[in-house]
Amino acid sequence: MSTTEAPADTGTNGNGASGYRWVGTRPVRHDGLDKVAGKARYAADLNLPGMLYGHILRSPHPHARIVSIDTSAAEAMPGVKAVVTGADFPEAPPKGATRNLMCTVIARDTVLYSGHAVAAVAASTRREAKAAAEAIEVTYELLPHVLNISDAMADDAPVLHDNLFTRGVEPRPTEPSNIAARTVYERGDVEQGFAEADIVIEREFSTQAVHQGYIEPHACVVDCDQEGKAVIWASSQGHFMVRSSTATVLGWDTSRIKVIPAEIGGGFGGKTTIYIEPVAALLSTKAGRPVKIVMSREDVFRATGPAPGAIIKMKVGARNDGTITTAKAWLAYENGAFQGIAAMLGCMCVVSAYTLDHLYVEGFDVVLNRPVNVAYRAPSAPAAAFAMDSVVDEIAERVGMDPIDLRLHNCPSQGDPTPYGPKWPMIGLRECLEAIRDSDHYQSDLPAGQGRGVATGFWFNIGEASSATVNLNENGTATVITGSPDIGGSRASMALMAAEELGIDPHSIQPVVGDTEVVGFTDVTEGSRATFATGMAVVEACRDLKEQLRKRAAKTWDCDVEEVEWVDGSAVHGPGEQEPLTLAAITGNAKRTGGPLGATASLNARGAGPAFSVQVADVSVDQETGRVTVERYTTAQDAGTAIHPSYVEGQMQGGVVQGIGWALNEEYIYSDDGNLENPGFLDYRIPVASDLPMIETCIVEVPNPSHPYGVRGVGEVGIVPPLPVMANAIADATGVRIGDLPLSPPRVLAALTAAES
Amino acid sequence: MSRTHVTCEVNGDAVDFLTEDGESLLNALRDELGLIGAKEGCGTGDCGACSVIMDGRLQCACLIFAPEADGASITTCEGLASADELHPLQQCFLEGAALQCGICTPGFLIAAKALLDENPDPTETEVRYALAGNLCRCTGYDKIVRSVLEAAVQIRTPA
Repeated sequence: MSTTEAPADTGTNGNGASGYRWVGTRPVRHDGLDKVAGKARYAADLNLPGMLYGHILRSPHPHARIVSIDTSAAEAMPGVKAVVTGADFPEAPPKGATRNLMCTVIARDTVLYSGHAVAAVAASTRREAKAAAEAIEVTYELLPHVLNISDAMADDAPVLHDNLFTRGVEPRPTEPSNIAARTVYERGDVEQGFAEADIVIEREFSTQAVHQGYIEPHACVVDCDQEGKAVIWASSQGHFMVRSSTATVLGWDTSRIKVIPAEIGGGFGGKTTIYIEPVAALLSTKAGRPVKIVMSREDVFRATGPAPGAIIKMKVGARNDGTITTAKAWLAYENGAFQGIAAMLGCMCVVSAYTLDHLYVEGFDVVLNRPVNVAYRAPSAPAAAFAMDSVVDEIAERVGMDPIDLRLHNCPSQGDPTPYGPKWPMIGLRECLEAIRDSDHYQSDLPAGQGRGVATGFWFNIGEASSATVNLNENGTATVITGSPDIGGSRASMALMAAEELGIDPHSIQPVVGDTEVVGFTDVTEGSRATFATGMAVVEACRDLKEQLRKRAAKTWDCDVEEVEWVDGSAVHGPGEQEPLTLAAITGNAKRTGGPLGATASLNARGAGPAFSVQVADVSVDQETGRVTVERYTTAQDAGTAIHPSYVEGQMQGGVVQGIGWALNEEYIYSDDGNLENPGFLDYRIPVASDLPMIETCIVEVPNPSHPYGVRGVGEVGIVPPLPVMANAIADATGVRIGDLPLSPPRVLAALTAAES
Repeated sequence: MSRTHVTCEVNGDAVDFLTEDGESLLNALRDELGLIGAKEGCGTGDCGACSVIMDGRLQCACLIFAPEADGASITTCEGLASADELHPLQQCFLEGAALQCGICTPGFLIAAKALLDENPDPTETEVRYALAGNLCRCTGYDKIVRSVLEAAVQIRTPA
């Protein structure tokens, strides 16, 4: 169980980690054994004595005023211990992010989407809770609803919020609308750019809302006591966020709440917010018993997530030598029932993989009667890349250039301006393009009848606040406690960085995700930040410890601390008059030299390294059914430095396959009456093993100078390129370009048929 | 509420429990027997996170009524390892980094065991189709498929 050396034949490897003893190796992850043995505890796995089950009643209507709620029948039913409605929660402010959170957790006077939480019951058994919830009588006054961007933006559209006035328009409108905000980025003069271009291509694209599709439904257990304290066990991407959000929704002081992070069964951004914890907390308070709420899969689809659909219009100008000079983009993104920043992010991403002289990007964030958007891996970037990289592919075809050469020709470098303002720091887009160009895959002949597509993807990555505590144990082992929930192997990364710093085996290190009372504040695991930012805190704490260890050795040797170096896990006496002291020797003697050794670091990480990915796929298209088969797929991604290459590959492969699902199959399908028609994995079809080939990986390492080991973060950007990669490969295979996702068999078949006739 | 007395064998142990009519085998395993390895990802037999082997057949425990298990022999993820050694599938999943969040892992291990019990030398395509009833949203399946193929080699050629 201690495979600490990199296996010889694991395919691609981190290639920039030379000189490191542990960083870049592939040890078995510390939390792995519990997970293969079925012992790992996710939130739904916890049962407490006296625990009740909560069930949430949800709106069957997409838009309605709640006239009345009668809970008397439910309260009289067997086993029922508590019932809550929106009236039991504090009043929400009239607008803003706090209102959006509070009114997402439970509707007040209006339901804004089918699936919106309306009331909840706690009872002795699941069935009693469900039966009682269904016995709650809600009287609705139906209101007109809007389900798609075009309808929601129309002048005569039913308006969701009568106090929503479009931001970013001067003068600010005096009439409310569903357009929450307008965002513009511009540079140069696009009209001049188009006038000077040899080629101008103008296309329109649409993508559909998709769900993150984590396999673990949201779950929590909340135990409130008679003194008003609450302990929450929850599956989330950030337990400090669960604490603060629950406190906000309930109007409680955060110090009343302790959140213990359960193992998380997938998030991908979808668990960066809360839905059920405040409901369980109020039920528990009312009943005086612990309450467990586990969402059904149907509820997960109807009421959480999703990532937004979008409409994007692109107009791009280029010269005959392949220089892309000008781009004009119009983007509108669904926000769901409450406003968000999806279009703003799309605007920032849409042309980021290209240098341009002239640019005009305009985006609209649009509210409609669907569940509110939540982050999904590089939020907004996939749809934007789908539009731009589809057009770029056409330009390459028109000017007769290899699509990778064309992208290399237009590739930004350090110091070039980003479309959204600042200059690019050190980035690895060029290296990713070269890695794909030089790959076995790209160098291989395309099999007859298949099509090949390439595309790029960009994501910012972020830093934010992290804390870590590292305690050295008396036997020379270490415990690393961080506040970052581990959604993809980050505990192993923390152990590897600590091992590298301290000079001890990573399996002498126990990485732990600490609850809100044992570790300092840490932001959500999002933005590809855990290994970057929390890793920085771990390294900082370890460096503090190394100073302490040197001082202890100096004290033992009665010498100046400047004479002591820390080398390979031991204190070494510079002048060579003393035998080295191992870490275990120093910790074993710690009581005599000043007491136990521990260090804590808390920081707000700056300098997150932007991420790029370049991908290539070969596909075949069944001319009779329109079914697309992915025959071969290779992804290159700049990791900065791969701390644990196996889990870097895992992030790359997982992102690619989610992107393939988005491109080929996945979509929210609503009926005209506003109900989701495919709220289950049978009809919302995510990729399965038999749909796919192996996903070949090529880890590119252009170190991020802001991180002690060069980490950029790898969690998100992999999902961006597959949308245009699939569209471009299908165009290459069939000669037909399709601008509307998903590229499902009926749509592809219809496009092929239309092209024939 | 009437409750049914169910007697069966789980991971080699004779067990019995009381269950409500209409309760799923999955809830019985988790709530009555404390075997939390099988997970509920969908409750409709679409995700495979609750996979168990019942009387030699791969099943979704969420689709079986608990009383149907009376007299049956059931293997769950918890029954794969011996006291001192992991099952080769478990070991290969660990070494092959075939799990990320791990919520689907018990179901994949059981589905893979069911495959290798019947077909000790599967092709990659056979592995992919045998695991097509199990959803993983983290890995893209690459490392899972490789780990199952590696475990098959190890089981066929014990050290």
